[in-house]
Amino acid sequence: MTILVIAEHDNKELKSGTLHTVTAAQKIGGDIHVLVAGNNCGAVAEAAAKLAGVSVVKVAEGAALEHGLAENIAPLVVKLAAGYSHVLAPATTYGKNLLPRVAALLDVMQISEISAVEAADTFVRPIYAGNVLATVKSNDPIKVITVRTTAFDAVGPGGSADIEKVDGGADAGLSRFDGAELTVSDRPELASARIVVSGGRALGSAEQFQAVIEPLADKLGAAVGASRAAVDAGYAPNDYQVGQTGKVVAPQLYVAVGISGAIQHLAGMKDSKVIVAINKDEEAPIFQVADYGLVGDLFSVVPELIQALGD
Amino acid sequence: MKVIVAVKRVVDFNVKVRPKTDGSDVELANAKMSMNPFDEIAVEEAVRLKEAGKVTEIVAVSMGVKACEETLRTALAMGADRAVHVETDAVLEPLAVAKLLKAVAEKEQPQLLILGKQAIDDDANQVGQMTAALLGWAQGTFASKVGLSSENVQVMREVDGGLETVTLNLPAVVTTDLRLNEPRFVKLPNIMAAKKKPLDKLTTADLGVDVTPRLTLVNVAEPAKRQAGVKVANVAELVAKLKSEAKVL
Repeated sequence: MTILVIAEHDNKELKSGTLHTVTAAQKIGGDIHVLVAGNNCGAVAEAAAKLAGVSVVKVAEGAALEHGLAENIAPLVVKLAAGYSHVLAPATTYGKNLLPRVAALLDVMQISEISAVEAADTFVRPIYAGNVLATVKSNDPIKVITVRTTAFDAVGPGGSADIEKVDGGADAGLSRFDGAELTVSDRPELASARIVVSGGRALGSAEQFQAVIEPLADKLGAAVGASRAAVDAGYAPNDYQVGQTGKVVAPQLYVAVGISGAIQHLAGMKDSKVIVAINKDEEAPIFQVADYGLVGDLFSVVPELIQALGD
Repeated sequence: MKVIVAVKRVVDFNVKVRPKTDGSDVELANAKMSMNPFDEIAVEEAVRLKEAGKVTEIVAVSMGVKACEETLRTALAMGADRAVHVETDAVLEPLAVAKLLKAVAEKEQPQLLILGKQAIDDDANQVGQMTAALLGWAQGTFASKVGLSSENVQVMREVDGGLETVTLNLPAVVTTDLRLNEPRFVKLPNIMAAKKKPLDKLTTADLGVDVTPRLTLVNVAEPAKRQAGVKVANVAELVAKLKSEAKVL
């Protein structure tokens, strides 16, 4: 068995989701190859080659691959896939966009967002917003899988894989990348942060969200998240959303501020190691999953907390 | 320009789903069913494009049991012009749905297919991308803004780092994210009018698609329950517990 892991990167750095996906590949067992498809992405290939357990890194470069357009990368993966038993990608927006296109072209049924490996053909995946775990067995010749990154540890260094060049193929001529507005922040990445501070609708405005949540996050060295209600109301950008349809996080410490705890939000954070909830409604469902609940007005509790952490 | 919107009948988002006692599948008997919320956003977007004069006809498509007719009637009440129901009692996996949608698209020849980015039952997030692949069309997934012209469609996408914009040649597939729009409430006269709109029936055999599942459901189970912890009286107690008990600070 040889497994192909599709690396996620920005042509400069390997994204952390790839490290968790390699661990999932190790659980399946077999030789692990990594595909780095991009442009001028040699540094990414070198980083991938150092991951423990990776034996070969395949690098495909070309202008058509620079921005991760699925229309151009999927045919490349399909061409390579014949030699593999499994094709894996992180269940990030990158992997979710790309991999079903690969699966359909291979005529196989993708297994989305696995949270555990039972056997080389059998996997566990959350359905119904994480209220149910389904164990599914694939009868397809090639298993095409996206991996819930929080369910697997990041693989460490220690590898020295061979780096091989492969032909990147032509531009499919279907789509064009126009640009991106990426959130610039010195804070840790939300999906992999050790501590996450999230704000909900109770913050009341974008200004108050910034004035209350961000100083606490800075004090804790935490990433900032938000509930869907806060994002829908425009208090926080879309990429902050934690939940079933946003990001799934599992930090060491998750601080939910003014978040009631709708099922779809819990689906995105209930695997956190320690959960703290601050909410003025003592009946809020968030308290049912919180290790430590503090009933109170967030506008006075959070500044107090920042002060208490100060020394 | 003709647009297809694909809609799925799913368990209503307010229903808390549990496994059956034998773990063979989830318990759905008597559960309230609704249109997948992301597909509602897709219908709304198509209707807005029609209201803006950019789209001339909206065809709503659904696959599945007879009751999917209700979901299609909702789409018609929201503003779709006609409906196509591929009726089957078979369990349909995303790959099978994509093949059926491809076949319908080949009959209907739309310039745009809009559908939700994922269904809230199986959370698979596959059908849009798979259909685009099978048709050889471009895909704009997780859309938060759609700008349609006669030659192409510009899609602003919600991605992990923020937002990204792509331009797709037509025909294309667009899958909707939460912030694309807020679907309208359907008014009673529109529900009545929807009953008179055409709803055509097809079978998987008509479309020549083999829908045999590729995955076997081994079992379903409830995830480990998280126990509620303690309430702390004040900030000082919280910080003390986080430091000495939880040891996360």
